[in-house]
Amino acid sequence: MALTPVLTAHWDEPDAFTIAGYRRHGGYEMVGKVLGADPDRLIQVVKDSGLRGRGGAGFPTGLKWSFVPQNDDKDHYLVVNADESEPGACKDIPLMIANPHAVVEGCILAAHAIRARRCFIYIRGEVPQAVRRVRAAVGEAYAAGFLGRDVLGTGIDVDIDVHAGAGAYICGEETALLDSLEGRRGQPRLKPPFPAVAGLYARPTVVNNVETIANIPTIARNGAEWLRQMGTEKSPGFKLFSVSGHVNRPGVFECALGTTMRELLDYAGGVRDGHELKFWVPGGSSVPLLMPEHLDVPMTYEDMQAAGTMLGTATVMVFDETTSVVRAISRWIHFYKHESCGKCTPCREGTYWLEQLLADFELGRAAQGDIAKVDEVCKQMFGRNFCPLGDAAATPYAPALKYFRSEFEAGTHTPAHELFDPLASAVFTPSTVGAAP
Amino acid sequence: MTEEFRTQCRELMARFPQARSALLPMLHLAQAEDGYVTPEAIRVCAELLELSTAEVAAVASFYTMYKRHRSGTYHLGVCTNTLCAVLGGDEIWRTLSERLDTGHDEVSADGTFSLERIECQAACTHAPVMTANWEYLDDMDVDKALDVVARLGRGEAVRSTRGPVIRPFTDTERTLAGYDDGLAGEGGTADAKMLAGVAYARQHGMSAPQAPERSPFDETSGTDDAGGAPAGDGEG
Repeated sequence: MALTPVLTAHWDEPDAFTIAGYRRHGGYEMVGKVLGADPDRLIQVVKDSGLRGRGGAGFPTGLKWSFVPQNDDKDHYLVVNADESEPGACKDIPLMIANPHAVVEGCILAAHAIRARRCFIYIRGEVPQAVRRVRAAVGEAYAAGFLGRDVLGTGIDVDIDVHAGAGAYICGEETALLDSLEGRRGQPRLKPPFPAVAGLYARPTVVNNVETIANIPTIARNGAEWLRQMGTEKSPGFKLFSVSGHVNRPGVFECALGTTMRELLDYAGGVRDGHELKFWVPGGSSVPLLMPEHLDVPMTYEDMQAAGTMLGTATVMVFDETTSVVRAISRWIHFYKHESCGKCTPCREGTYWLEQLLADFELGRAAQGDIAKVDEVCKQMFGRNFCPLGDAAATPYAPALKYFRSEFEAGTHTPAHELFDPLASAVFTPSTVGAAP
Repeated sequence: MTEEFRTQCRELMARFPQARSALLPMLHLAQAEDGYVTPEAIRVCAELLELSTAEVAAVASFYTMYKRHRSGTYHLGVCTNTLCAVLGGDEIWRTLSERLDTGHDEVSADGTFSLERIECQAACTHAPVMTANWEYLDDMDVDKALDVVARLGRGEAVRSTRGPVIRPFTDTERTLAGYDDGLAGEGGTADAKMLAGVAYARQHGMSAPQAPERSPFDETSGTDDAGGAPAGDGEG
């Protein structure tokens, strides 16, 4: 597999984020063509392409669209999930900053496919630069006639609102996002009913990840067969990967699905000089970690699953031998405790206890029985909540224990910072001076 | 709250199919007025949306960006989630907190800075990451963090590494409430890390497959005038 710049192809042009920069490379050419065709045609093209959701779950996009009831005389809504908050994930924000018009054009086309006149792009509030860029792109698209009433004389109306969140990881879960968009606490709903039947304002709604939506104009332009030249049968196409952590050149890499971590490490300049790979996490903190022995597993939905993990957001975190795995897991558990919405008891209580137990390991004061106790708490949490946050919190511990049991055993007598100097894992040398504020 | 605040809230409410959807933007707007969500703002939002104050307070207390005491002019975030922490974020946090004598969710004595240990900011390729009034300060270290604080404290302009010059907390909140700040063009398209893949692909002659000449939609007759530009609503 190889690098396949599509969404990123023109990011080295200074005006790529403007409508002029986007149209220079064929941007918005599909609006008139797709809106002039039957909505089912785009659904079929996307189905044929095999495109799977890029938010982490990998559900087939065309199939999701086809669940929306048609000709039911109800308002339909397209909601774009741009609440990227998964620890390790850093691909949607760069996309919105550098190529917001691909998102806007994708919204126009997808809205037509699902018979929606109204689209909401929900962007996490902590990144005003992404909010600005997408909002400006929407404004430019209105001014050019690609949004609003009777788009390009097709008789079709499409409106987009850009909505800023206010700080809550859980709003990346689609039903929590819908509640948040309705002005409520962002807490997940019981499913069914699924959003396709009763979503925003209890109306048929499709919630798609922002990278998924940005794929749509290219797939409409180039067709399913073109997309299937990349990736595998079950994981066709290209994907925004990122590599962060202890590598020489961290960054965003747009690759065909099926690219291996060994290739990605090469693109990212390898593990930082003088160090070696300890473990890596393929798709955000909610998926099980992998080891150097997994470097040649193709990064597809199916191969990652076979390796005992998930592709997730395909945003890889790399940690070298200076990293305490106990510290890493403990901090992720703290995150899930902080972000649990509190609706479901196993998640709310489980994260509360896990955080304290993991902190004990990190501080070197865990009891011998705590290794089994953490495992038991995780099992009590798993699969017992409305949404996957509880599962995510229960996920990192078991693989970490499997590969690094001795570090957890050491947590019964020695603090992690004595075993692993935190300054050795830092990517800078701390200064002893510094100007007074 | 001022009459102008109420007017702007009504404008936000009118943008949505159901007025309550405007509550998150209204609370951002309240912070743009006062630097935090005041009890009075909760009463006014409740009155405008015909909700109880308990319902509005329940929403305001759920989201971490809504503050229950006045933020500093510059609200500084240090990411201490795993990846940033391991790469040095914990050290940055410790140094800043000591230097400003300010803890998590606290405000410095002179009101210039508030500090927050933030969760993942979706910029892990740029770790360790900080924010100032939610604008990115990428690839930080202890010295850079202290320098930013020193310059902001002296009233000097500090530019986000991927965005505009950092403005006061209340200005960012107005942007988040939905008001155009005219700054979308600041900061360039992409920095070196966002371009890492494009650069490697160019250097090694890698590319996506050649696009076919015809699209699946080319045989459609009728409206095929993507170049046309009828007047839009001009909303932004």
